[in-house]
Amino acid sequence: MSGGAQDQAIRTGRVTRTFIYVVLIFFALFYLLPFFIMLINSIKPLPEITGGNMMALPTDPTIEPWKSAWSTAQIGVEATGLKPYFMNSILMVVPAVAISTILGALNGYILTKWRFRGDNLIFGLLLFSCFIPFQIVLIPMAMVLGKIGLAGSLTGLILVHVVYGIGFGTLYFRNYYAAFPTELVRAAMMDGAGFFRIFWRIMLPVSGPIAVVCIIWQFTNIWNDFLFGVSFGGLDAQPVTVALNNLVQSSTGVREYNVHFAAAILAALPTLLVYIVAGRYFVRGLMAGSVKG
Amino acid sequence: MPFLDIDNVTKSYGNVEVLHRVDIGVEEGEFLVLVGPSGCGKSTLLNMIAGLENITGGTISIKDRVVNDVHPSKRNIAMVFQSYALYPNMTVGQNITFGMEMHGIPKPEREQKLAEVAKLLQIEQLLARKPGQLSGGQRQRVAMGRALVRDPDVFLFDEPLSNLDAKLRVDMRTEIKKLHQRLKSTIVYVTHDQIEALTLSTRIAVMNKGYVQQLGTPKEVYDTPANMFVASFMGSPSMNLLPATLREANGGLAAELTGAEGQQIMLNLSQNGPNLRSYLGKPVILGIRPEAITDADGVDRNAKNTQALRNMVHVTEPAGSDTFVETSLSGKACIARMRADVDVHAGQPFDFVVNMDKAVVFDPETEDRIVD
Ligand SMILES: Nc1ncnc2c1ncn2[C@@H]1O[C@H](COP(=O)(O)OP(=O)(O)OP(=O)(O)O)[C@@H](O)[C@H]1O
Ligand SMILES: [Mg+2]
Repeated sequence: MSGGAQDQAIRTGRVTRTFIYVVLIFFALFYLLPFFIMLINSIKPLPEITGGNMMALPTDPTIEPWKSAWSTAQIGVEATGLKPYFMNSILMVVPAVAISTILGALNGYILTKWRFRGDNLIFGLLLFSCFIPFQIVLIPMAMVLGKIGLAGSLTGLILVHVVYGIGFGTLYFRNYYAAFPTELVRAAMMDGAGFFRIFWRIMLPVSGPIAVVCIIWQFTNIWNDFLFGVSFGGLDAQPVTVALNNLVQSSTGVREYNVHFAAAILAALPTLLVYIVAGRYFVRGLMAGSVKG
Repeated sequence: MPFLDIDNVTKSYGNVEVLHRVDIGVEEGEFLVLVGPSGCGKSTLLNMIAGLENITGGTISIKDRVVNDVHPSKRNIAMVFQSYALYPNMTVGQNITFGMEMHGIPKPEREQKLAEVAKLLQIEQLLARKPGQLSGGQRQRVAMGRALVRDPDVFLFDEPLSNLDAKLRVDMRTEIKKLHQRLKSTIVYVTHDQIEALTLSTRIAVMNKGYVQQLGTPKEVYDTPANMFVASFMGSPSMNLLPATLREANGGLAAELTGAEGQQIMLNLSQNGPNLRSYLGKPVILGIRPEAITDADGVDRNAKNTQALRNMVHVTEPAGSDTFVETSLSGKACIARMRADVDVHAGQPFDFVVNMDKAVVFDPETEDRIVD
């Protein structure tokens, strides 16, 4: 009798598992399909798209659309391709991510290990900044950037992203460091280490997982940002997202869908790469923060 | 002025005072143990000496320097934490030398001191490992090593043995004691284990509810506890505290108790001062350690005032080296500690012998010991 019950338990287990896998595979395909379509169309010559079926595999694959998207496509008035804007994005995203992550780590360190009167209030205000919609700050931010002479510059964009990134960075690191034993900081103090040395030698070396989470988060957000880029980037500091929009929107000549697809993939590639390289740490870091903090 | 002077120190969190006017002087080379039940303020006091907690009132000075406002890193103190607090990202060697590095000691000297300390603590083969790869006892030793290389004025230990299993705890206790005897360092050591306190210390401060109840040598604290709290906290099993009435007898004083069958029992006291005399006819609490109640053969040869006492035995508990015998006096359970092979049976009367040299008397109202 008990054997029968056990069999049934295993059978239900199997059925449930099959069901779960079917659902998972379905959604994975659902999400991958658009990417697949972009990919196959980005290597088709234009007539094959306009005259044929979007879903069909390329009969005559070519990398011309990619070359064009990268270096010769018409963006706005100039035929530069995405290349210079891609560089803009990198020049913007690297310092912005680095600075906001470091500041977030410092804030988290101070808010958990160097507590002071009103620290929770300050943390609350910082958290609040995570939830302020971009649109609200556009005009005040434009005025501030104008006043300090950073309007339309990469530096200005970096500043904006850093300011916006501090909230999330602080949130991540504060929760991570809250689970970090305070006795270690005290021990280092007794050993004669000061504020920065403790941060550098004791805290940072064990911050790997949360730093990865923070970096991925900031990188994706800043790289994918369009609104700040189009608002504050001016003509010289447009990031790749804005350039992609201009490329697709440009009304002259025929619409080169294959180039558009290639350009879109190019613009998305860095975030994809970051996930592939560091994605498993991302999950691990999130878990560490949530379980212990 | 003492080497480490804790002068009238208080500590409050908001309106709550958790330490009340603590006054302790520690001489150079002394091993002071702070002992008391959980929450009595031991760690708080230790952290104040270390500089990890602010001092609300009073002063703490080390080597004649008031350190109230001196940062922990500048007090020349080393501390061993309850959790050991080893830096997880560094090897054992790096853990031990980190403090010297922070103090700008050149590398060759660091290496030399590391080698010395590693040899002393027998952790030479562990230097390249990370703390995560060590056993509890090894971690404890590394934590001590980290403190030892610093050559500080004062060592602070916060329950360093509480995470170890019983056997290792006893071993490490002996090692700490040996280390202190060899290095003659000044140590303040926190524990809630009264045996640790008695074995390690040169002096003990027994604390309760933020007050220092008694400060004295282990012998003073054990033999002449200042009050009933200290009497029952120190010693295991704890001192028998028996309600009695003070009477005049044979030209001296005696405590009158009731036996298990309601019989009257008179125990002559060695003490006969005017203070105690003023309690004549009044209730008092008689304190007798279990080992002061034995059979006739187990009596201390040097005892001057011993008295026989016939009473019913309730329970016997053989415990290897000793046999604990429970009887009752004045309605309270009374434990006697006897030789293992003593011939005693539950449910039968037995002839106990009480060593009254070791008896103490407390005021039932104030719970303080009656001196003189
Ligand atoms: N930050 C704080 N705010 C308010 N009260 C506190 C704070 N820290 C400690 N206390 C109180 O101070 C008292 C002393 O605490 P302490 O940690 O010194 O106890 P302890 O003697 O070390 O106990 P244990 O043996 O459990 O470690 C306790 O009653 C505790 O509740
Ligand atoms: Mg404590």
